Amino acid sequence: MAVETGQSAGSAAGAEGARGRVRETAATHRPGKPGKPGKPGKPGEPGRPGEKSGVNKRPPGRIRNALGRHWYAWAMVAPVVLVIGLIIGYPLARGIYLSLTDANEANVERNIGMNHIPATYDFVGLDNFTAILKDPIFWDRLVWTVTWTAACVALTFAIGLGLAVILNRRFAGRTLYRSLLILPWAVPAFVSVFAWRLLYNERNGILNKILDGGGIDAVPWLNDPTMAKVSVIAVNIWLGVPFMLVALLGGLQSIPGELYEAAEMDGAGPWQRFRHITLPGLRSVSSTVVLLSTIWTFNMFPVIFLLTRGGPGDSTEVLVTYAYRLSFVNSPRDFAGASAWGVLILLILMLFAAVYRRALRKQGEVW
Amino acid sequence: MRDQRRSPLASVGLHATLIVASAVAVFPPLWLLVTSFKPKSEAFSTDVVKSPTLDNYHHVLADTKFLTWFGNSLFVVLITTLLGVFVAATTGYAVSRFRFPGMRPLMWLLLITQMFPVAILIVPLYNIMSTLGWLNQPIALIVTYLTVAVPFCAWMMKGFFDTIPVEIDESGRVDGLNPFGTFWRLVVPLAKPGLAVTAFYTFITAWAEVAYASAFMTGEENLTLSAGLQTFVNQYTSDWGSMTAAAVLIAIPATLVFSWAQRHLVAGLTAGATKS
Repeated sequence: MAVETGQSAGSAAGAEGARGRVRETAATHRPGKPGKPGKPGKPGEPGRPGEKSGVNKRPPGRIRNALGRHWYAWAMVAPVVLVIGLIIGYPLARGIYLSLTDANEANVERNIGMNHIPATYDFVGLDNFTAILKDPIFWDRLVWTVTWTAACVALTFAIGLGLAVILNRRFAGRTLYRSLLILPWAVPAFVSVFAWRLLYNERNGILNKILDGGGIDAVPWLNDPTMAKVSVIAVNIWLGVPFMLVALLGGLQSIPGELYEAAEMDGAGPWQRFRHITLPGLRSVSSTVVLLSTIWTFNMFPVIFLLTRGGPGDSTEVLVTYAYRLSFVNSPRDFAGASAWGVLILLILMLFAAVYRRALRKQGEVW
Repeated sequence: MRDQRRSPLASVGLHATLIVASAVAVFPPLWLLVTSFKPKSEAFSTDVVKSPTLDNYHHVLADTKFLTWFGNSLFVVLITTLLGVFVAATTGYAVSRFRFPGMRPLMWLLLITQMFPVAILIVPLYNIMSTLGWLNQPIALIVTYLTVAVPFCAWMMKGFFDTIPVEIDESGRVDGLNPFGTFWRLVVPLAKPGLAVTAFYTFITAWAEVAYASAFMTGEENLTLSAGLQTFVNQYTSDWGSMTAAAVLIAIPATLVFSWAQRHLVAGLTAGATKS
């Protein structure tokens, strides 16, 4: 049964055409099978002729075999697609639709007492988007959001990687250190953000007490625009490092120790081993965590909202907190505007993901 | 082996780095712990506890539905974690090993779910839950947390599976296992560090989530811990003393789960086996 090794990602490149062929067969033979909802625009790749003939030479049993294997793949991903399609699909579509209307608190469908008032908002096309893009507030917030995201992700990754590499060695007390370093993750975020507010408090906070002991004037951690920016970034890094640390530690564990031994025998120094074994070995895991933590940080709501409410002024307001403000705080609540901000956030992140993916692809990583 | 050659100076540097980092990591939760033993009147003072008291804990455990919330949370979180890890592992494996039609849209779908701001999803989601009659039911939270946690976990598991040599799968096929058998018997055992990471991530996501929990669950009976915690601030006019005590009680299980998970992060677990 040593067949179809081409199915595996490792040697995938040469067999793409073959798969295109199998896919067609699959579609004709089992039309009614589940497993493909929520997957619009399947890339067709209708097979390259030269490779296709290779498949045709195979006995039909093997094709059926491969066909069976496609169903495994689909069956394995089906639960995820179903749940996500159902739960996220509608809210997402609804958000996109609202962003093209002028819906606000005063004209949406609602119940006042026993009376049901139907929605009266209108479709306005791209008006919301042109308004937002002409508004300097948007560009201001975008610049800060990008700065915040870049600073947080870069520093969190660097610190997390450093600590993970240290903790991946064997030494006394490793387990203890690991547990302590992970602690910020174990405490619910909104609680630890509250703890940080206690620490940052200008008059009574312990940070300023300590500085005072050293003869330094009190620092307005959250009340000065620049300091507030530094402070929220610091808290977010503090929150994010444990996650990064655990993810990278997991990645480091799966790099075979033999590689290091072999490299050492060949006379590679610590830096060379890090550069040529650790970093490539971590690439798959780290490209994922960097991508996702970029998305999360860009959309980070609790830290900024709970720490500064976007203030002082609007100096720490990111795109997400602004959208939230439009939809939940301002009056009248501007649902259309908030949705339009949400859609713009989505577009920006998709653009980022596309560029990121292209960059990875140049290095041979494909998804 | 490398460690035996570490110079004393490097050793000192290593421990110094870790001690500083640990201190920074531990201090805010520690301060929370200290505050939780203070009487209410002193909650905001910077002094170390003068007259330690268990009043806050007593209040939380005796006068609130804390234990009910605890049970609710435990139920939701356990099911979410079990389902989430399983589903993420199969998805991650499929995406890592097979090229199948719809794979790339799937990867994008998983990402996009993470991109749209929760603040805007929450109202339509609430409408769905109410249409399905799932409000105040654990299933609403389980399903929502799955959509939050699984995309990341699936991506993560793909990363881990990518590091496991394809030869392992091929040997399984040679031995006559079907792809699911290969996955279950050969690959999953090797992916334990990844599973531990995703399990812990799912656990923590569900354990500490506030926004959905407070939106979907009403009535004190049905709340989860973190949603219940919010009532201390709303209802008892910012009872930060009880809040800190409850926060400590919430953090303890999370820390325990992590110490369990990290046993699977032992160095070299996969090193021998991945040799092809």
